[in-house]
Amino acid sequence: MESRSRNLYLIPYGLWIVVFVVAPLILVFYYSMLDINGKWTLANYTRFFTPVYLKMAIKSFWYALLITAVSLVVAYPAALAISRTRHKQLWLLLTVLPSWINLLLKAYAFIGLFSAHGPVNAMLAALGVGPRQIMFTDFSFLFVAVYIFVPFMILPIFNSIEEISPSLIAAAHDMGASEWVTLRRVIFPLTANGVKSGCRAVFIPALSLFMITRLIAGNRIITLGTAIEQHFLVTQDWGMGSTIAVFLVIAMGLIMALTDGTGSGHVGRERRV
Amino acid sequence: MDDIIVRFENVTKQYDNDPPVLTDISFELERGKFYTLLGPSGCGKTTILRLIAGFTEPTMGKIYLSGQDVSSVPASKRQVNTVFQDYALFPHLNVYENVAFGLRVKRMDRPTIDAKVREALRFVNLIGLENRGVAGLSGGQQQRVAIARALVNEPQVLLLDEPLSALDLKLRAEMQYELRELQQRLGITFVFVTHDQEEALALSDEVFVLNNGVIQQRGTPIDIYDEPVNRFVADFIGESNIVPAVMVADGLVEFLGRRFECVDGGFRPDEPAEVVIRPEDLEVTTVEQGKVQVRVDSLLFRGVHYEICCYDDDGNEWLVHSTKRVKVGDRIGLYFDPDDIHVMRIGETEAEFDRRLESYATQGGVADGVQIA
Repeated sequence: MESRSRNLYLIPYGLWIVVFVVAPLILVFYYSMLDINGKWTLANYTRFFTPVYLKMAIKSFWYALLITAVSLVVAYPAALAISRTRHKQLWLLLTVLPSWINLLLKAYAFIGLFSAHGPVNAMLAALGVGPRQIMFTDFSFLFVAVYIFVPFMILPIFNSIEEISPSLIAAAHDMGASEWVTLRRVIFPLTANGVKSGCRAVFIPALSLFMITRLIAGNRIITLGTAIEQHFLVTQDWGMGSTIAVFLVIAMGLIMALTDGTGSGHVGRERRV
Repeated sequence: MDDIIVRFENVTKQYDNDPPVLTDISFELERGKFYTLLGPSGCGKTTILRLIAGFTEPTMGKIYLSGQDVSSVPASKRQVNTVFQDYALFPHLNVYENVAFGLRVKRMDRPTIDAKVREALRFVNLIGLENRGVAGLSGGQQQRVAIARALVNEPQVLLLDEPLSALDLKLRAEMQYELRELQQRLGITFVFVTHDQEEALALSDEVFVLNNGVIQQRGTPIDIYDEPVNRFVADFIGESNIVPAVMVADGLVEFLGRRFECVDGGFRPDEPAEVVIRPEDLEVTTVEQGKVQVRVDSLLFRGVHYEICCYDDDGNEWLVHSTKRVKVGDRIGLYFDPDDIHVMRIGETEAEFDRRLESYATQGGVADGVQIA
């Protein structure tokens, strides 16, 4: 009886998964086996292992890693600071708020800010160090990407900090640990799971970034995401685009499996705002 | 003076604009004694512990540890350790590393740490569990880890914040013995917080009874039990029969319309007062021999004794602990000796109580068996 009603409740979500997750994955795999003329082939896969695509893959990983690392460096102290404010939920909301705004809008906003005659350059000029080329640089790409991803890093870290019982912190102080030692020996290890899921939430989407590579980095940086977009929309080589997508899906699956919370002791439940 | 390890001097603690948690508290704790802070939740007992530990600073007043003003010294620099109510064991560390934490923080060398940790674990009977994760331990074992982790730092004072409240009854009784024995073996000062009056009486050299941020009474368990200074203490510690009375003269008290001989004094003539008689001091006897006549209303078998609830003709409730068997509806007499009666001045504080006792004693009244602090 109970399991029957449970199965009934699962129907809408099951349908959703089949239509929008399983079917597209099968389609992507199917298309990856077709050449540009629609004939069966494995050439797309051999092509992926040529230097052009391998370099692109390495570059994608490198930038995703960089974005994740910088996000972490920005987000961890921010999460710590928020957890110590009086109105935690308000500050958290304010930091998470930008993630509700459309990605494209934010990217366009940065184009305005970073452009040759934009406010940032005006400020640099006033300080006597500008104007400089900001748009279409690695810096601007990294900056905007980090800006977009930072809330996804802050949230899980903040949640894992909040889960630490205050008596653990008190116990550490009680045994002579300074603020810094407490941070290093108690707070860091106990937030490892938050850091892990934050890194996952940033690294995986960063791997397939394409919009801001074009808008902010001006296609100077070609990642796997950009390549997929180009193959589907410009060269019309759906087969090659799908092949890259297959590799991305595999990479993501691997990352998920590798960072799955089989880590030490403390199991952090994630809480979303 | 050297014997004083903790001293509070007019300490007040207030959070924001809330009413103060502690109001103008002063006391001294001696080296090597077992103290208990006893009171209902919200009475300020845990706040005192947090003030000694250094987790919070007094709003007013000063705190001294071994004669040094530590009012604004952080917890990490005080030679005091705490056993937390929820044990606060580090979930990412095993038993050994939990105990070693304080020593590692102090950057001791490996052999020293190893020797000290093993000694501490032996002390609390946890040898063999070094590599276990703390989550898999039983409540009693976690408790021992918490104690070992605190003791390994060789504190001058060990603070225990309701450490037994999470344990079941049997384990709790066992741990009470162990704690008492531990304290006597170590010879350091224990400050134990609890809301369980039996625990307080069983363990302590000295008990502080707190209510509403004020120390109501301090003294040995026997003092506190036999000579409660006011209704709150009488009510909170043990079971009591409290009846309104009038103190006719020294050694003579009137209640239930009759006069009884007693051993208290120092009151104004005909001063209204309250009389406390403990249930176990009431003796069940015949109506003729009893000083009070009552009707049995209900009866509970408690194993060691019967708990008998009776009412007198004026409608006052009398609780009696007796091994004699009576029947519901019986009319019985209750007998008590003059020194079973304890007369309390209404709303008297401890300081006033001590002063009255002193003046009464110097006037040559009957000594009441109370130590004058």
